Parts: sequence; structure tokens; C-alpha cells
Amino acid sequence: MAKVKSLADLKRMKEELQSKMDLREKSNDPEGLVQIKVAMATCGIASGAKEVMEFLIEETAKRGIRTVVTQTGCMGYCYAEPTIEVQIPGKEPIVFGDVDIKKADQIVEKYIKNGELVDGIIPVNYKTLD
Amino acid sequence: MEKYKMHILICGGTGCRASASEAIQSNLQEAIKAKGLEDEVQVVMTGCFGFCEKGPIVKILPDNTFYVEVKPEDAEELIEEHIIKGRKVMRLLYVDPENKEMISDSKHMGFYKKQIRIALRNCGFINPENVDEYIARDGYAALGKCLAEMTPQTVIDEIKESGLRGRGGGGFPTGLKWEFAAKNEADQKYVVCNADEGDPGAFMDRSILEGDPHSVLEAMAICGYTMGADKGVIYIRAEYPLAITRLKVAIKQAREYGLLGNDILGSGFNFDVEMRYGAGAFVCGEETALIHSMEGLRGEPTVKPPFPAESGYNGKPTNVNNVETFANIPVIINKGASWFNKIGSEKSKGTKVFALAGKINNVGLIEVPMGTTLREVIYEIGGGIKDGKKFKAVQTGGPSGGCLTEKHLDTPIDFDNLIAAGSMMGSGGMIVMDEDDCMVSMAKFYLEFTVEESCGKCTPCRIGNKRLHEILHKITLGNGTKEDLDLLRNLSTVIKDTSLCGLGQTSPNPVLSTLENFYDEYIAHVEDHKCAAGQCKALMQYVIDPELCVGCTLCSRNCPVDCISGERKEAHIIDASKCIKCGACMEKCKFNAISIQ
Repeated sequence: MAKVKSLADLKRMKEELQSKMDLREKSNDPEGLVQIKVAMATCGIASGAKEVMEFLIEETAKRGIRTVVTQTGCMGYCYAEPTIEVQIPGKEPIVFGDVDIKKADQIVEKYIKNGELVDGIIPVNYKTLD
Repeated sequence: MEKYKMHILICGGTGCRASASEAIQSNLQEAIKAKGLEDEVQVVMTGCFGFCEKGPIVKILPDNTFYVEVKPEDAEELIEEHIIKGRKVMRLLYVDPENKEMISDSKHMGFYKKQIRIALRNCGFINPENVDEYIARDGYAALGKCLAEMTPQTVIDEIKESGLRGRGGGGFPTGLKWEFAAKNEADQKYVVCNADEGDPGAFMDRSILEGDPHSVLEAMAICGYTMGADKGVIYIRAEYPLAITRLKVAIKQAREYGLLGNDILGSGFNFDVEMRYGAGAFVCGEETALIHSMEGLRGEPTVKPPFPAESGYNGKPTNVNNVETFANIPVIINKGASWFNKIGSEKSKGTKVFALAGKINNVGLIEVPMGTTLREVIYEIGGGIKDGKKFKAVQTGGPSGGCLTEKHLDTPIDFDNLIAAGSMMGSGGMIVMDEDDCMVSMAKFYLEFTVEESCGKCTPCRIGNKRLHEILHKITLGNGTKEDLDLLRNLSTVIKDTSLCGLGQTSPNPVLSTLENFYDEYIAHVEDHKCAAGQCKALMQYVIDPELCVGCTLCSRNCPVDCISGERKEAHIIDASKCIKCGACMEKCKFNAISIQ
């Protein structure tokens, strides 16, 4: 292990190490963050949910939006996979269907950033266990 | 390094490890490997989550799912269901005992709702054996800030302004203590960490050292900087093997990074830490006795002054602080005294860690702001009394403290209020008692402990406590008199006033506070020869109700001393003079005909 030689060194190290702990920090306060759940059952993955999830994780980080992206099981909307649920703090969660990378990009730019709704909303007919 | 999408945190505190959390970890890792998810999921063993009642705890992030009472064989299901399919494993979720609802996010659990974690900030969050995770959470930033931007005096002023008081029990202002040690000039000074936690039922310091050892090392270095000491010593009891191991790892890592050693962070400041193991003598928690023990002498206290700040370890100025006190320091430096002193009550700032034990639903480790009431701690966080029994008392401060009763339930807990109520903060052990606990026996239990642990140097403590114990024993046998109660009170006062150190000065507290709060119970023992709680065996009598007894002879066949007689199909009788009160007859009786009087 290299020595930490100065306070500036330590700060640099912290910056680097922090990203690894980011996921834990965020989950400490999920209510304050945008939470995105990606349905990752067989049908979801087959229609590209994995790529969408990767995209969401990387792009929201790049664009400086503090989000928690989690995977979840089948939401039941197999006709509209991949589906994602987006919850902005203080708002009801909204489910979007047929989310490909392009749609995901729209959701990030329009809905998450500006609160504008985009096409493909599926009316929610379930309650989630807290 | 890989950035993982999910983290699985497993509690690695002593309690959860005892219930196989290591096997859970290895099984999880195996299952993850079998599914080829090594690059996606990180498994981390952390320090204590505090919710020991329901251990082992496994927490999955980012969705913050809190699994309780996990077994090694559950690992595969957790990976298969939660990680791969994204479905929570319902049967392992915590069920709220009140409304029977499942709670998956620990933040919604009553146990965690009222807590503020400062000293325990990293416990159950980071891997204590990985310095990188500590640094990622601002670790050693406080030390860096002190060395680069603050003078020793400004650091002391900051700690003084924060209002931090010693968490080992005394409640002495920490900043002031540091200032005394700083003012005494010497060629060599020492910083000592008192990790000799000895109260029965207390495990706050152990959990901090097990869960976040670096925070203590960092704070010791800060203290060394303020007083001009380059050596730190941690005095820890040998009964804490896991804490010792984790400290050793932490010291090694800190040295490798140059965060301990010479020229720390290029500031020219040198500081290193070593460890001394205590053999587990309670009196060695007293700072002068602790220092003697470190010097290789008998662990006996000496009269203060001189205070250790003047002449301590090897006759040099020494500052001794408790583990929890140290754990608060980096946060105060990072966030500022004005942030810290807004938490807590008027004269006691910040938070306090308590080890909840006894007849309470949620046994565990909690950290609450000073000024939280006992009711909140016992009913909201602790989940109330076990088996729906009635609350009777809570013993705070271990063998040096006193008991608090129902009338104190709404007293805000802080240093001064507890003393006013006839108890003390102590290091933070909280033992909850219900209606089945006899307070005379409770006082006797603690006296037994102090008699055992008294070092014997001064007469009042060595002989006085022995006599107290004898009188209490006599009362529990039913041979006590009313005069004995006055004697108890007088003797207690004398021991308190004349003992040499904190051990003897506080050891009669359990007697005095039970006399104060439960005088009726003492009277019942000495006058009516009754123990309402049914704990004093000598005062109990097993009686058969002739109305209910059908003469099945089951009791007489099970009595080990053959003291039950009677014809078949006729009511039986217990010969009280031969009865050894084992309770076998009552257990066997199918007709509830046997009761205790």
C-alpha cells in the first residue's frame, strides 16, 4: 500500500473510494433520491432490461442525478417489457412500459429532470410492500 | 476496482458471529459464485447493527432490505430470489410485533426510528477490516484537518465547545481533560484508550471497536496532537478477542498508509498506537488502576490527585478516555462543535450508546440523543417488556448505578437527571427488569459482583461490601430484621463516603436505590417473609390445593426428596420442612393444584 502523504492525498483517495461506497450511502436515504426499479424477470431481460438498467445506472451518474437503480422481479406487464418504475421523492411511483434505451433517455431527460410526463405510462394497479 | 451493483452486508459483531454469520457469508459467496455474479454483488462483513435480538442480520442494498434471523442454509434462496429474481424473501423479513406487518426497510422499524448514530455511525455500514471503506466515509479527514488547519489549542476549544462529556460513566468534560494534559510539560506524554468494559450486560465499547476500530485510532491521534503525545496505548480486556483482532488489523492498515507512524500526512507529527491486554478485572476500568495495570503492577487505584494528566503512565502526563468518547471526536471535528452541541439536552450534548438487555423484547445496541426518555427507549425502541409482563425497573450504570422505576419513565436521560434520580449514566448498560424480578435479589447480585471485583486495597470497600452482601443474603433467606434495613442504609453511606476509588464510592448504589424505590419489598421480606416476585427460594412455599387435587400421585412420584404424601384419589400434602423447592411437582401437576405462596 502506498503511503498517504498529505491531506490533499487523503482527499483524493476519498473521492476515488467514495464511488464504491456510493450505493451504500444512497440506500441510507432512499426517500431523498429518485428510485428506479427495473423489472428483471425472464421476459424483461429477454426484451433488453439489462441494457436499460446499465444505461440508467451509468447515465444518471454521468448526468449528475442522484438515483438508486434496483432490479426487481416481474411486475406483471409482460406485454410491455422492459418496464421500469420511477419514483421521484414526494411523488407517487410511475410505471413506464416498453422502455428501450431511447425511451430511458427520454424518461431521464423529461420526467426525472423536469417532471414532464412521457408516453408509455402504465396505470398502477398494485401496492408495494413497504 | 469493480463497482458493484448490489451490496450484501452481514453483521460480524460477536453476537451474530456466534449464531453463524461467518457461515452465512461463505455460503452467500459460494452461491454468488455459482451464479457467476461475483462482479455484480459485493458481500461485506460489517460491525454490529445493534438489533442483536433478531440476529444474524443480513442487509441487502440498494433497496435496504433488512433480513433477520438468517441461517446459513438461507443463503442460496436469498441469492436466487432476492438478487436474481428481485423478490424479497418474505419469511426472513422483520415482523412488527404490534401490527404484525412485515417491514423490509429497517428505517421503518421502531427499533431504528428514534436513533441517531454518531459513535456507531459506521457500525453495520462499513467493513471494519478495510481502511478504504473508512476513508470513503471521511475517515482520517478529521485528523488531516487538525494537523493541516488547526492548532492544538483550537482543537481543544472545539471539543470544549461541543460539550462532549466522558462516556465511560463519569461525564467529565472531555475538552477540559485534554487541556489539563496539554498544559503539563514533559518529555513524553501518553494517550490511553480505556477499553476495559466490565459492567455486566454492557457491550457498547466492544461493538464500536469491532465495528469501527479506525475511528478510535483517529481520535487518539487527534488527542495526541492536542497534548503533544506521540504514543497511544489501548487497554483492552483479553476477553474481547474479536475486538483485539480487528484493532490489530486496523493498526496495521493505518501504519501502512502512514496514518499512524512518523510524519503523518506530511505534517511532521508522529503518533503510534500499541495495545495492552487486561485480565478482566472490573477495577481496572478506573483510570489510576488501569495505569498501574499497564505498568505491570497490581491493578489497584491510587488517590487522586495527582491526576493522570499530571502524573500517569510511567509517571508522565497521560490522558485517559473511553472508547465511545473517542468515537465521537472525528465527527465533532468534521461537522463542527456547533453541529454537535445542538443534539442532546442542555448539559449533556450529543448521543449515548446503550446496551439494552434483560427482560426486553429488542435486546441490542442503540444510540439515542441525550434527553430521550426512558419510556421511548424501553417501549418504542426496545419494543416493551418480554411476554407482555409488567415493567418494574431498569438498572442503569451497572453495579455502580441504581434502578429507575415507573415514576422515572418520562425523565429525559442525561448525566445530571440520572444522578438526580439516584442512578447514574455509567458506561451505558441498561438492564430491564419485570414483575418476576426480586429487587433484593437484584441488589444482592450486584453486590456479589462488587465483592468479587473489589481489589481489597481500602477497608470500606473490601469489608463493607462483604457485609452488605451478607445482610442482603440474610434477608433473601427470610432471616432479616427491620434493623438490618437501617444497617444497610448506614453502612452504604459510609462505604460511599470513605472508599478510595470509584468502585467503592458507587458500589452501594444498587442497595440504596432499591431501598429508596422498593422499600415495601424489603419490608415484605423481613416482616412477612414473603417475596412477591417468587425469586427468593427460601421464602417460597409450595402448597397443594385440596379442592383441585384429584390424587393422581404424579407429584409424589416426581418429588426427588419424597416430601409429598397422600393416598390415591385423595388430596396430597407437601411437607414444607423437607421440601427443597425444586418446583418439579408444580411442573408435573395437570390440574393446576399446586401453587407458590
